[in-house]
Amino acid sequence: MSHYYDHEDLAKFGEIGENAPELAEKFFEWYGAVFADGALTAREKSLIALAVAHAIQCPYCIDSYSKDCLRKGADMDQMTEAVHVAAALRGGASLVHGIQMRNRAGKLSM
Amino acid sequence: MTEPAEEKTRSLAARRLPLAEPATQLARLHELRLPREFHDALGTAGLWPLRAERAQIFQINVGKLCNQTCRHCHVDAGPDRREVMTRETMEICLEALAKTSIPTVDITGGAPELNPDFRWLVEECRKLGRHVIDRCNLTILETPSHRDLPEFFAANQVEVICSLPHYARLSTDRQRGDGVYDKSIRALRRLNDVGYGEGELRLVLVTNPVGAFLPGEQAALEREWKRELERRHGVRFDALYCITNMPISRYLEWLESSDNLEGYMDELVRAFNPGAAAEVMCRSTISVGWDGTLFDCDFNQMLDMPVAGEAPRHVRDFDLEALEARSIAVDRHCFGCTAGAGSSCGGTTS
Repeated sequence: MSHYYDHEDLAKFGEIGENAPELAEKFFEWYGAVFADGALTAREKSLIALAVAHAIQCPYCIDSYSKDCLRKGADMDQMTEAVHVAAALRGGASLVHGIQMRNRAGKLSM
Repeated sequence: MTEPAEEKTRSLAARRLPLAEPATQLARLHELRLPREFHDALGTAGLWPLRAERAQIFQINVGKLCNQTCRHCHVDAGPDRREVMTRETMEICLEALAKTSIPTVDITGGAPELNPDFRWLVEECRKLGRHVIDRCNLTILETPSHRDLPEFFAANQVEVICSLPHYARLSTDRQRGDGVYDKSIRALRRLNDVGYGEGELRLVLVTNPVGAFLPGEQAALEREWKRELERRHGVRFDALYCITNMPISRYLEWLESSDNLEGYMDELVRAFNPGAAAEVMCRSTISVGWDGTLFDCDFNQMLDMPVAGEAPRHVRDFDLEALEARSIAVDRHCFGCTAGAGSSCGGTTS
């Protein structure tokens, strides 16, 4: 294997159930239920998933939820805004740690 | 991401491309390595051979002439096409129809309204007491010689099934050409003005995915479309049909040029749904081509795959009993109608 990520592996996700099948079954059943229409629409959930996919930088999830968002009627404007939300959270999470830096530096400094 | 369609896009036929030939299209599909064949999939569902049932829809394709050249068109229709059904062939269709009790006539094209005998055909079908559907691209209602069509439709209680890829401008114009969205919205308002979209005069919107993916869940999208078209434009409609793009003709051209063909076909095959397969529209449809040839559906018509076996091949030899006893002609493109929630001229099937 010359690389870690392979596009074709996404379609093999179900093979994870070949070991520990009961756990896999529970996971996939729960996963399906999470994304069903509920208090949030399936489309809203798909946009959240797209944002999270970018935050955790999972290429499988980005592939999967880019298509899922389109299928559920989201457009490129909405999908791009979702990615900005992820980027803002990641950027903000770094920046807000600057307060910890300031606290620590302040304690150590005269 | 694909670029918006240019106004000067022409049909495959006008560009004299090999892909204009049905045999070439089928050959391209057969070059692919698929997980299984369509008849095998039907076999596992207990549906092979696929048999026709009682005919419910008499579909007439009155020609390939269209005022648009959409990128996904399975007919390869456009302003440059000259195949148009004659009044004589229409008369033969009406004679055949009159011998049956098939309740619905589904008129399609091209832009069917561009056939010079379109209105006559609608009126004659109504005289026979049949429900008439017109498959309308909306923009035709904005052309000078067809501006009175909403009133004509209302007077004949025609069910109008209109194509609109998305309730937002960008996605619509990307598939159908610049300016199509604004014209479509104006046309929908005019249909609303004569009473369409309130239940009695039925107005249906049809959406095809703008890309290489399956349609979303029809009921959820219908709720969203109704909310958004009302909020944005005050437009009302009765139902939304989600139709899967069939991997033939100009959509096949786009799949190939965008390097999406293999992935799309693989998705269609893996999403085979036995429930949807049992409900495919070809089982209850008789499809008549512009020259009177008989087919199982409009897709087989475009692939030049007429009805198989002992059934008559031309509407002049129409024999309902033989047609209702026929086996449906299938090939790899049929995975398009059986994927996910299924797809038909009436939207999802399961």
